[in-house]
Amino acid sequence: MTTMIKVDNATKSFTLSYHRSLKQLALAKARGRKTHDVFNAVDDVTFSVKEGEAIGLMGLNGSGKSTLLKLVSGVMRPDSGSVLTRGRIAGLIATGAGFDPQLTGRDNLFLNAAILGMSRAETLRKFDEIVDFADLDKFLDTEVAYYSSGMKARLGFAVAINVDADIFIADEALAVGDRPFKRKCKKRMDEIVQSGVTMFYVSHAPGAVRNLCSRLLVLEKGRLAFDGDVDEGIAYLQYDDDDDDEVKGRGKYTSDDGLGADI
Amino acid sequence: MTTIPSPAPIRRRSTPEELEALPLLPPSATGLAEVVRRRYLLKMLVRNAIQSRYQGTALGWMWSYLQPAIRFCLFYFLFQVMIGRGAGMENFAVHLFAGMVMVHFFTETFNGGTMALVQNRSLITKLAVPREMFPVSRMLVAAWHTVPMVAILVFVCVLLGWTPDPAGLVAIVLGFAITALFGLALGLVFSVANVYMRDFGKVAQTLTQFVNFSVPMMYPYTLVHERFGEPIASYYLVNPMAEAVLLIQRGFWTGTTSDPAYTAGIHLPEDLYTRGLVMTLIALVCVVLAQRLFSRLEARVPERL
Repeated sequence: MTTMIKVDNATKSFTLSYHRSLKQLALAKARGRKTHDVFNAVDDVTFSVKEGEAIGLMGLNGSGKSTLLKLVSGVMRPDSGSVLTRGRIAGLIATGAGFDPQLTGRDNLFLNAAILGMSRAETLRKFDEIVDFADLDKFLDTEVAYYSSGMKARLGFAVAINVDADIFIADEALAVGDRPFKRKCKKRMDEIVQSGVTMFYVSHAPGAVRNLCSRLLVLEKGRLAFDGDVDEGIAYLQYDDDDDDEVKGRGKYTSDDGLGADI
Repeated sequence: MTTIPSPAPIRRRSTPEELEALPLLPPSATGLAEVVRRRYLLKMLVRNAIQSRYQGTALGWMWSYLQPAIRFCLFYFLFQVMIGRGAGMENFAVHLFAGMVMVHFFTETFNGGTMALVQNRSLITKLAVPREMFPVSRMLVAAWHTVPMVAILVFVCVLLGWTPDPAGLVAIVLGFAITALFGLALGLVFSVANVYMRDFGKVAQTLTQFVNFSVPMMYPYTLVHERFGEPIASYYLVNPMAEAVLLIQRGFWTGTTSDPAYTAGIHLPEDLYTRGLVMTLIALVCVVLAQRLFSRLEARVPERL
């Protein structure tokens, strides 16, 4: 099997600046206070993903999931170590893809597709599918600034999911969609996995991860704490506790439990 | 009730064999070469920026003619009519406007480039794009907005009996090349610096104020020579924008005067073309250096935005 994602000792650190202006800096220095802090959002993470694997990525808030995803998608570059991928990557990072709020949905659709590496011909070929999937009706020619968060998510997801990709990544992509849309997305993501596209999926919902993924990575404070079987990983995270039911008010094995609804 | 259309089946992009043949690479390619390779995306960014410029205005693209025309009238009134600066020069209005075309192209490239990354935050923090794309697109947008000004300039020049000559056209091309490259180099550096410290946006604005007065546009180059003499006059020419403006004066203005060769002899430096060529090469080197600096600093851009 071909290696699709290869992450070697990747570390990404962020600087927290407490002060920005010279005056504040000088004052802080004079008083002996800290002017900035450095922490590793992703700390020495190593793993590799083979072709056709569906990887779930879980962890508490602030554990570095999104940062790791950004490293894999190429939005960010690691400070040390390396992140290598093969083929075209598509997907969504956080809710609502990168949109230019001044442009209409249609223009953003083309722009997004172009950023994901699609040519004009390819975009035109997929145009109807994307529009159907996003189901925006007359809002397609409205500026995205006036979109609801749900509409933005639908458009972003519709573009991303219709790109022919080799690696598909999704980060809480479905959190703001309504239920029919989530179902539609879930179906589509299942198809993606079945077609053999490599999937990298971040979620807080154990049910969705269990359904979709064949392997689970768990991050803890930026470090890779678990890598292996999905059920064991969920147990490791203690996400299968009883209080799971309190959150959702339903059984934990219901067909579409969560799907990212529990943010 | 949402209707669920039956979507086409998911297609894999590459077969397992094709995938195996693909290299393992960092997920995002960067650099100016990548910008050239992804022309379609660049074209779209340029088009979007042009569209959104006059969004919601009733006059639309007319503004790109109106604004320079009004600015020209203002300067013209001030210098020609009130101060009488143009008294000793033939077609001072053309001299002024030709300079304005070049300066406008430069300032828009520089200032636009400086804001390019900050303004595209929503794209940069979520999608993998070669980030050089943004300053480059601003330069092209500026070039596009310069077209109406050149059209006005050509129109006025033709009215005054100007006929294009090959040497003049070369001067125009060189002038624009220097401005484009130099503006792009500054745009690249300032765009990424502006992400780290927003002060650089203000610095860029201040610098562009100087450009208006440090090029032979509101006054002839001879004036510098007369007032300050030799060492300073040659320092003056070190400014790439002064050189670019002199080149466009050679391309348009001298040709509209009654004796172009005489005008050029008086008001332009002797080795205009050699200087132009050298300056173009220097500007090219600046772009390469700027790109190097850019790629060193841009690794931390998404989290700083």
